[in-house]
Amino acid sequence: MKLRKKVYMVAGYNTVSMGTGRKEFNPKKERPGLEQLMKEAGQAVLVQIGGAKNVDETVVGNFMAARFNRQAHLGAFAAYIDEGLRYKPSISVEGACGSGGLALASAIRSVLAETADVVLALGVEVQNTVKAIYGADILAGAGYYAMRKNGHAFYFPGEFSDRAGAYYEKYGREYTRKGMATWFKNAIENARLCPTAQEYENKVDDLISLGLTEPNPKGFTDHLNVFDCSKVSDGCSAIAVVSEEGLKRIGIPKSEAVEICSFAVAVDNLTEFPAEPTEMRCTEESVKQVLTDAGITKDHLGTVETHDCFTIAGVMAVEAIGFAVKGKGPEFIANGNTARSGSIPFNTTGGLVGWGHPTGATGVHQAVTLWEQLTGKAGAAQIEIKADKPYGLSVNMGGNDKTVVSIVYKKA
Amino acid sequence: MNYTERLQNVAVLGAAGKMGSGILLLTAQEMADLSLMPENKDKTFVLYAVDISAKALADLMIYIKGQVVKAAEKKAVQLRKVYADRADLVENYDIIDQYVFDVMNIIRPVTRMEVAYDCSLIFEAIKEDPALKVKIFSSIEKNNPNKPWYYTNTSSIPISQLDEEASLGGRILGVHFYNPPAVQKLVEVIRGKNTLNEVNDFAYEYIKKLKKIAVPSNDFAGFIGNGHFMRDALYGINEAMNLNKSMTWVEAVYCINKVSQDYLVRPMGIFQLIDYVGIDVCSYIMSVMNPHLKDEDLHSDVLDKMISLGVLGGQFASGSQKDGFLKYEKGGPSAIYDMEKKTYVPFAEFQAKCEAWLGSLPASWKPWKTVSFDKKKDAILTSYYNDLKLIESNGANLAKKYHLNSKAIGQKLYDDKVANSLEDVNTVLMTGFFHAYGPVNEYLK
Repeated sequence: MKLRKKVYMVAGYNTVSMGTGRKEFNPKKERPGLEQLMKEAGQAVLVQIGGAKNVDETVVGNFMAARFNRQAHLGAFAAYIDEGLRYKPSISVEGACGSGGLALASAIRSVLAETADVVLALGVEVQNTVKAIYGADILAGAGYYAMRKNGHAFYFPGEFSDRAGAYYEKYGREYTRKGMATWFKNAIENARLCPTAQEYENKVDDLISLGLTEPNPKGFTDHLNVFDCSKVSDGCSAIAVVSEEGLKRIGIPKSEAVEICSFAVAVDNLTEFPAEPTEMRCTEESVKQVLTDAGITKDHLGTVETHDCFTIAGVMAVEAIGFAVKGKGPEFIANGNTARSGSIPFNTTGGLVGWGHPTGATGVHQAVTLWEQLTGKAGAAQIEIKADKPYGLSVNMGGNDKTVVSIVYKKA
Repeated sequence: MNYTERLQNVAVLGAAGKMGSGILLLTAQEMADLSLMPENKDKTFVLYAVDISAKALADLMIYIKGQVVKAAEKKAVQLRKVYADRADLVENYDIIDQYVFDVMNIIRPVTRMEVAYDCSLIFEAIKEDPALKVKIFSSIEKNNPNKPWYYTNTSSIPISQLDEEASLGGRILGVHFYNPPAVQKLVEVIRGKNTLNEVNDFAYEYIKKLKKIAVPSNDFAGFIGNGHFMRDALYGINEAMNLNKSMTWVEAVYCINKVSQDYLVRPMGIFQLIDYVGIDVCSYIMSVMNPHLKDEDLHSDVLDKMISLGVLGGQFASGSQKDGFLKYEKGGPSAIYDMEKKTYVPFAEFQAKCEAWLGSLPASWKPWKTVSFDKKKDAILTSYYNDLKLIESNGANLAKKYHLNSKAIGQKLYDDKVANSLEDVNTVLMTGFFHAYGPVNEYLK
């Protein structure tokens, strides 16, 4: 979508991505729930934008609170975040792990429709309420239920293991796994620079060897090990989506904000298996649209936040965005191009593998990270944004490449 | 009767006890797994959980259910394949629930031992009392027309003795699980003089299917595990008595417990291990073993005294540790029992003094937990013991003596032909007692 009006994002905030890997995480101890995390992130944004009185509308992205937490109706938690949001509009949106991206798209649309000048967009998920084996059931809701019976116990790892297996077959196993292990290494190294990341305290020396751990088909999947997978996480991210008028209302200078250049939402048929398992075609279409609408090419991108729910998804995204031709993604990654010092830094705070993957929050987390990077607020994780590559791209995916939300940003 | 048929009608005697409950759990899962194989779908599998206490059986079923749920969660990947033809079971939740039901549905908790009259395989895990075991085996043998096999979990009574006294015709084998059976990898297998080959062979197949490690031990009281542990324990107690000549008993227990844990890089000190097993149980095992030993007196007045004072150690039904030589609080041992004053003395009152007397550990020392799971543990232990050799502190000297005594016990078990090899001795200590290294080693020459 080419925007008919200027839209900005500003004042982002991420809670810690809580789960295994964090020192303070203890599965047996009580932790903040959905509402506490929403309050933490929501309030952190409100403080930056002059309070709830400046907000016209709230949008909450969430995937499966109805099962993880037996809680639906998240939109109405807006009034719990702040008394000032009582009686104002608020909705929740769902598109599996793309829910956060859909929350942003929804917020952008409200601004474009001129029904709001300041929208508080949140994404939230609390997944550590159940063991991973049951969490796998819940997350399988992102796929077609009729396919569940024949799927793997760990449904989505199983789906992406099948993709990885097909990729190994076509382009070579060792070659591909080397690229995947490098992706893992970059993710952890970037996470170590971001205090809210789940792998912030990871101290493993030889990350490549760890990433190359042989998959164990008896206990897990045929072609992926646990290091190829994103984390099970609790977290909430929030950001303000505002118009030009909105920026004035909240009193924040443009230089502190990012401008949304374009956004694209694309879906594929949920009832079908991928036509070509080695490619993510919906991602490819969504990115093609968003770059075209922004009037740029991939060469104008200074950094990308992509949806690496599995390392193999990172490999395929590199190809889908166009940085490598089909089959060359592993090489492109292994050669260091996607590292923070490479030609196109990906997932600079660790992405889903390193920072964490509170499913419904991830799309918003990506936007917060890009806002930080493009406005120089990324702290120890800050990369250099060069003048000839001023754009950031986020790619947030729901299910097995079935809902994809892509957004292009640049410093306002 | 093939493997599956042998496991269609089974009883566990003493099923609600610590060992019986674990054997029941493992056997129930093995039987359920067999029952779920397509070729066995029409067969019936029954596992009697026999115990004298109805209350204990009720608690047992709660324990079993919790454990089966955990096991099912772990093997969900395999279970999806097992239930592939069940269209009604879609999610992991559904499949795990069904599996738990299928395992529980095999178990019949009962208080009457007579159910064993129909069985073809009987696991016995009752009290370590030769007369009682013989009495029960005899009555089953008289009333059961199936010529059943008897697997006894005795840790100290010679198998041949049970075979002869109960007239079992060689259909008995020692199948000695370690505590807790659900976790411990080791199973000592002990043949009596007349144990039939098929009775022995089946046990190895069964233990392998449970993913455990079978180590053969010869039919000599105490076998390998207790053969080492009881002597090692008695040595520790006697060392404490020696120290007691120049320090208080409480201090002596602290020092020996510390030496046998930290200095020897073991998971727990010797007094803690005695508490874990139970002071009364240790004393009883010694008394069962003692008549069979030449040139040795395996007996401790200290254990007798503790028992007479009613301080027994052992574990609560929940698995948490009861107080014995040591007092246990959340973080671990916190005080030591003073037999004269009949009260526990907190560590704080003597710890610093004992530590000063013992001296400091070599700089290369690492705790058991770190060493045990390190791939380079042999190199770590070599350099640790090389350092220990050079130290002449009280702690180091006690440790060196203790280490060499433990080695001598291991060697004796081989020389006495209790173990077929020194390697078997080491395997038992490493898998049954979680030692980081076997007692027969070259760390201290």
